[in-house]
Amino acid sequence: MNDQLQQQLIKDLLIESLEGLDAFDREMLALEKGEGSAETVNNVFRIIHTLKGSSGCIGLNKMESVAHVGESLLSLVRDGKLAITPAMITVLLEYSDALKEILRCLEQTGQQGAKDYSPLLQKLQQLQNTEPESVKSATAGFGLFEEEPEPVPAAQPPPETIPLPVKTAVEKEAARPVTSVSDSAIRVDVGQLDKLMNLVGELVLARNQIIQFTSGSQEPSLLNAAQRINTITTELQESVMKTRMQPIGNVWAKFPRIVHDMAQELGKEVQLVMEGKETDLDRTIIEAIKDPLTHLVRNAIDHGIETPEVRRAAGKPEQGQLTLRAFHEGGQVNIEIMDNGLGINIAKVKAKAVQRSLLTPDQAARLTEREVFNLIFLPGFSTADKVTNLSGRGVGMDVVKTNIEKIGGSVDVLSEAGQGTTLKIKIPLTLAIIPALVVTSGGERFAIPQVSLLELVRLEAGQAREGIELLYGAPIYRLRGQLLPLAYLNREFRLDSKAEDSAACAKAGAVVNIVVLQADGRQFGMVVDEINDTEEIVVKPLGKQLKGITCFAGATIMGDGRVALILDVLGLAQHANVIAEVHDRGLAGKNKVAEKADERQTLLLFNAGRNAPMAIPLSMVARLEEFPRSQLERSGNQEVVQYRGQILPLIQISSHLPGSGDAAPSADPMQVVVYSEAGRSVGLIVGKINDIVHEAVTVKRNSGGAGILGSAVVQDKVTDFLDVPGIIRAADPSFYGETINPAKQTL
Amino acid sequence: MSDTKQFCTFFVNGLFFGVEVLKVQEVIRYQEMTRVPLAPSMIEGLINLRGQIVTAIDLRRRLELPLRQPGQLPMNVVVRAEDGAVSLLVDEIGDVVEIQDDIYERPPETLQGVARELVQGVYKLKHRLLLILDTEKTVNLTGAASRVADPVP
Repeated sequence: MNDQLQQQLIKDLLIESLEGLDAFDREMLALEKGEGSAETVNNVFRIIHTLKGSSGCIGLNKMESVAHVGESLLSLVRDGKLAITPAMITVLLEYSDALKEILRCLEQTGQQGAKDYSPLLQKLQQLQNTEPESVKSATAGFGLFEEEPEPVPAAQPPPETIPLPVKTAVEKEAARPVTSVSDSAIRVDVGQLDKLMNLVGELVLARNQIIQFTSGSQEPSLLNAAQRINTITTELQESVMKTRMQPIGNVWAKFPRIVHDMAQELGKEVQLVMEGKETDLDRTIIEAIKDPLTHLVRNAIDHGIETPEVRRAAGKPEQGQLTLRAFHEGGQVNIEIMDNGLGINIAKVKAKAVQRSLLTPDQAARLTEREVFNLIFLPGFSTADKVTNLSGRGVGMDVVKTNIEKIGGSVDVLSEAGQGTTLKIKIPLTLAIIPALVVTSGGERFAIPQVSLLELVRLEAGQAREGIELLYGAPIYRLRGQLLPLAYLNREFRLDSKAEDSAACAKAGAVVNIVVLQADGRQFGMVVDEINDTEEIVVKPLGKQLKGITCFAGATIMGDGRVALILDVLGLAQHANVIAEVHDRGLAGKNKVAEKADERQTLLLFNAGRNAPMAIPLSMVARLEEFPRSQLERSGNQEVVQYRGQILPLIQISSHLPGSGDAAPSADPMQVVVYSEAGRSVGLIVGKINDIVHEAVTVKRNSGGAGILGSAVVQDKVTDFLDVPGIIRAADPSFYGETINPAKQTL
Repeated sequence: MSDTKQFCTFFVNGLFFGVEVLKVQEVIRYQEMTRVPLAPSMIEGLINLRGQIVTAIDLRRRLELPLRQPGQLPMNVVVRAEDGAVSLLVDEIGDVVEIQDDIYERPPETLQGVARELVQGVYKLKHRLLLILDTEKTVNLTGAASRVADPVP
């Protein structure tokens, strides 16, 4: 039992002290910048004092003795007997590292470690003894320092002293006004929160069932109770979600220290600005972005910001600036890392890409600026001339990108030569709930995360026979002229299925559903028995017995209470051998870049009540949906449907096009193209979705009338291009708010 | 005077097993399960235990015993393992019994195979032997998966 108590005490000490030491680092850096006050010194003293006290209490002698030396030094500083110097701060930071090292050792091994810290301790001792003469002499006469503080003689300030308002109101251990948050906040075990989250998830399912049962009832009191359960559950769910959120400042907390250390090592001057520290993120995401962000910060200082001499020569302030900014936008978290340094040298990047034979010189010449910037995310790419031990080894940006994409985020880079580089990261608010497509294969349901989903292809019997070809036994489908390797989910998972075998299936003339997926920048098709629906699912981990199976990312609980597995698309692709591991990723990137350079675009073809086929670029389409007419509701004059928990306004396209004044009632179910802009969505009701094609088109502007941008020949037919923003503006002038961005209209 | 311990008992293929009561989270009836493709055969599937996803391990397969008759529905003994709850599928649930320590013995040398690894001890009850399962080892399938071919039905 005693042992357990000791363990618990050590655990508490660890949490408390590591946090304390982080705060210690921050305060130290504030002091170095000259932003410290007497209170700052008091704070750092208190942190160390507490650490020493607690470790002494539970018998951690080594820690106590190390802590003690620093405490003595700090007490002299606090009492104004010693002035803080940059040299002292460096040693004190080293000292903080040493304490952290012992704590970590304690965490991992339960022992304080055998490392000898005496050199460091000696340095600390020396600092105590080599008090600046001026201060020493000034204090020498006063035995009792509780008295009036003696002003440091201004005539002879010690040379390297950082000004510090010496307000020596030294109440040694006396109680001071408690300003900490400890009274209004409690520490909760994360497991406890996860459990709470689980229970709320279950409650939501039970609530749904109750609502279903009571909807037919006439009993007013029962309906009332059901209604209340409904609202309370929703609110409870939101509150619990909030408890899992943490401010991004928690990750950033260690950056001032990293920036300080790196800048010192590289002889650069860097000012770190952090905006939006309080932006909340789910804790799982916080964990996932920690390393990528650190990497980007290191990169910015190492490659981005120049040395003071270079900056001066370029006419910039000697001190470089690194800005971290975080904010919420459109249900996502945006993180920007901005430096005002060198910027990305386009010519250099191109040359490097050619040198590494990632591109031919010809291709390189044709790249746009933006495409060049994206080259830095290719594996093995670094423009740094020399490899420092901090960064520039060419492993990095691709890993950063992969890691961020893994959690459903994206990275974008902007840069202006000589002005600096900005990296923009967008990540979802939470990983706990993700949109997913639910499919059935071999009688089992599986969820496929929406992030890896590209499109769905349905082949009718005849098409399937022609469309799927075998290449040395490997099934291949031609998707708009590109070869798409196929895998059969039921076969990969050795499940019985009605689509037993590709050949048999094609002969039997069954419908084939292909889910086109993307993993690692490559596409492949997964054949499933049935495509069910898209749903927001709650991701739950699998037990360790199943960790070895890379095809699954987790599991979720479906509406009926049963468990469904979530597919890990990359793992599945590797299992099915549709993409080889690592295999020419650089090449894939190259193709992508080359592809971007040509003028082809992907178009969605549809009819809109008129005979002429119409098209919009697929890039403008957020999603295609079907709604039965029965779901149609009205809000004011606007037709709306409920969609993913929000109200989606609908626009009948045909009524905004000339020559079709009689807005013929469209088919049931309605075919709706969902268009999103700046977090707002609108549904465009079209007649019939025809196809998605990938073609090079030249749009000729003509007087097609309102709602039409122009026309072009697509698949041998004259096709009108819909002016989406124009139609939306006509239907709802307020949709774009103040910011109508004409650049969006890319045609 | 010797100490006593409480065990949750159950039957698997006629054998009488026990798990320390403190390690058992709950016992529930058979539930429909979601199969896990590519998983070792002794993993029967996943169940939803009030929002927690729990792996169910078939003890008959785990202990290399003959398979259950079709139609014979197992029970779930949900045990607390190091990294969360795991369900052990058993034939039938017995009582919770309180047993004195002095009738405990290490498993006999003649106990062979996987049982030797998973049975941590034996209580010599009057009419029968109670085999105590080491839950941590039972739910840890590393190494077990590759060795076990499907046992004879």
